[in-house]
Amino acid sequence: MVASEKHILDLQNVSKRYDGKTILDNINLYIREGEFVTLLGPSGCGNTTTLRLIAGFIQPDDGKILLEGEDIAGIPPYQRPLNTVFQRYALFPHLDVYDNIAFGLKLQKTPTDEIDRRVRKVLKMVAMTDYEDRDVDSLSGGQQQRVAIARALVNEPKVLLLDEPLSALDRKMREDMQIELKEMHQKLGITFIYVTHDQEEALTLSDTIVVMNEGRIQQIGTPTEIYNEPVNCFVADFIGESNILDGTFIKNGLVEFIGHEFECVDKGFGRRAPVDVVVRPEDVYIRRSQSGTQFSGTVRTCTFKGVHNEIFVDTDEGYEMMIQDYNAFEPGERVHMLIKPEDIQVMRKECTSNVLSGTVRDAETVRILGGDFPVANSFEVGSEVKVEVPFDGIELMDNLDDGVISGEVHSILYKGNHYHLTVRTEDGDSLYVDTNDIWDKGDLVGVKFIGQGIKLSKAEDETD
Amino acid sequence: MSTAKKILAKGYLWLLLFFMYAPIVIIAIFSFTEAKVLGNWTGFSMKLYQNLFSGSVGGSLLKAVENTLSIGLLSAFFSTLLGSVAAVGIYNLKGRSRQAVTFLNNIPMLNPDIITGIALFLLFVAVGITQGYVTVVLAHVSFCTPYVVLSVMPKLRQMAPNTYEAALDLGATPGQALRKVIFPQIRPGVVSGFILAFTLSIDDFAVTLFTKGNQGLETLSTYIYADARKGGLTPELRPLMTVVFLVVLVLLLIINRRSANNNKK
Repeated sequence: MVASEKHILDLQNVSKRYDGKTILDNINLYIREGEFVTLLGPSGCGNTTTLRLIAGFIQPDDGKILLEGEDIAGIPPYQRPLNTVFQRYALFPHLDVYDNIAFGLKLQKTPTDEIDRRVRKVLKMVAMTDYEDRDVDSLSGGQQQRVAIARALVNEPKVLLLDEPLSALDRKMREDMQIELKEMHQKLGITFIYVTHDQEEALTLSDTIVVMNEGRIQQIGTPTEIYNEPVNCFVADFIGESNILDGTFIKNGLVEFIGHEFECVDKGFGRRAPVDVVVRPEDVYIRRSQSGTQFSGTVRTCTFKGVHNEIFVDTDEGYEMMIQDYNAFEPGERVHMLIKPEDIQVMRKECTSNVLSGTVRDAETVRILGGDFPVANSFEVGSEVKVEVPFDGIELMDNLDDGVISGEVHSILYKGNHYHLTVRTEDGDSLYVDTNDIWDKGDLVGVKFIGQGIKLSKAEDETD
Repeated sequence: MSTAKKILAKGYLWLLLFFMYAPIVIIAIFSFTEAKVLGNWTGFSMKLYQNLFSGSVGGSLLKAVENTLSIGLLSAFFSTLLGSVAAVGIYNLKGRSRQAVTFLNNIPMLNPDIITGIALFLLFVAVGITQGYVTVVLAHVSFCTPYVVLSVMPKLRQMAPNTYEAALDLGATPGQALRKVIFPQIRPGVVSGFILAFTLSIDDFAVTLFTKGNQGLETLSTYIYADARKGGLTPELRPLMTVVFLVVLVLLLIINRRSANNNKK
């Protein structure tokens, strides 16, 4: 089923806050009629909230939601022509399978014979024909989810909303249900909006994937676009396996990373600009002979993964590369690698240092993010300053008291020869840290500044 | 060794049960004799039961029973209504406010009856309500409601998440969702709450004593108290106690059966 160009749903500048915390930040999104759209992101990214806004269980603080061009702000969920399949099914245990499915039709005072016909039709579609008299509690998880899908579909909604519908099922069952859902979507032509944190599921099912993180849309595109041309490190890291590396864009068609220059197809990042580079592990060609290759290294590990081998190579310049290849290599073996220009994805860096604002306490101290950091300066006491701290100018410590302030490791990205961490301070500010130490997500750390790279400048007067 | 242990364990249990139930059993036994003084056995007789139900002892005892039952039913009805709605409200609160309200709900249950009784008495005097049947019902509703909340809450928690939203999603108005989806699922808790409130109301003495006023309203417990103070218990109380005990026993058995069935599900 090819989606038409007609928009069935439009989200315009939609924001949602809870207790002063922004859950959704200015979401703009349209969904075409008949499309299978997946809202993909880690838990807490805002995709479930988006779905609940569309269903009408909650109202946006800002922005508009249009259904077929009409603002549906004031319309309660029970009058919206949408139906939802919930993560934990939310079946009604006091009703049997038949009455669960007929619930919506009965409320609409549909004639009994029509209810009967439609219930039987959806039961057949979800392959649950003989179960109509069964107690829903006696069904397995997969069967309950089929009933939940049937209960939603029987009302012939304009849009079917699915909130992680398969996450409670085991892997095999999940894969079977994915195929069935895809077939159902193709047969019915109803628009599906699917929320999941499982990137494989999103790639398998969707016409369009909307990657979300921390309440913002990161990228919208077809599965192939999202996989092959991620727009930033988050998307590259979240979807599939990848080598994410710091690089320098030398000029159009030439990028430098892991200590070598590579031809690429990207343009327009400027000259000698810092960039992030993504290379998928299956796009690194690994050879035993050196001819025609670009860089060399030594195999550290090689693991058989069924279809391919996963090989970790230490390059001569001290970077780690993940490579997938049909051939197996011995640990310690000398190997030579090649990356083709079209397989290199260059991405603009979101920032190249931490830019913070501070207040000068005295000639030795600046108050930043609620902590008094020892930073020598020549500014007037009490003046506001802009502080630039390089990623490697921050040290993290196990002992919270050793740091000037404390925070929590929020996300970790491996960049070939170091880790790029996002540390969330107690007040919710983010610090980006490059480190060689191994930390886990959720670790509480003390934070202090090291090195000479800290730059102070007078804060510009902002008129806000 | 192990047989000795078994005998000891069994013996302990029976001894415990004996001490708990002996007083009730004694009353039941002596309800089948005519002796005025409890403890004298003057041969088997159903006379006291006849007196009790033919009303020759005087209408006042039966009137007290009638009051007890009607107050019990009324206060059970209103506290079930209030408590169930309150439970739904508390269930929908978030985090801290939910904890706070649950805590506030628990205090009256731990508060000694005598304090509740005096407090209500002072309240009614302060507000200027003439004390009588209505104030007793109001008082009973006030101390029964927290128990209903406590008995409905677990049923709400057992509900699958998003149940209410699923009902709205399928086209039910909030009212329909409550009637057709939420209520059927919490009904066992509501019924248990009703039965609990009813037994608590029947059982109450302290609160009733302080709120019944001086218009001559008596419930069973206050009647017996007054009767005992007048000098000796009316013998007909013995068969009455036996009947009350049996009624409560049946109610308890029903509650247990229900909760056992629910757990099986």
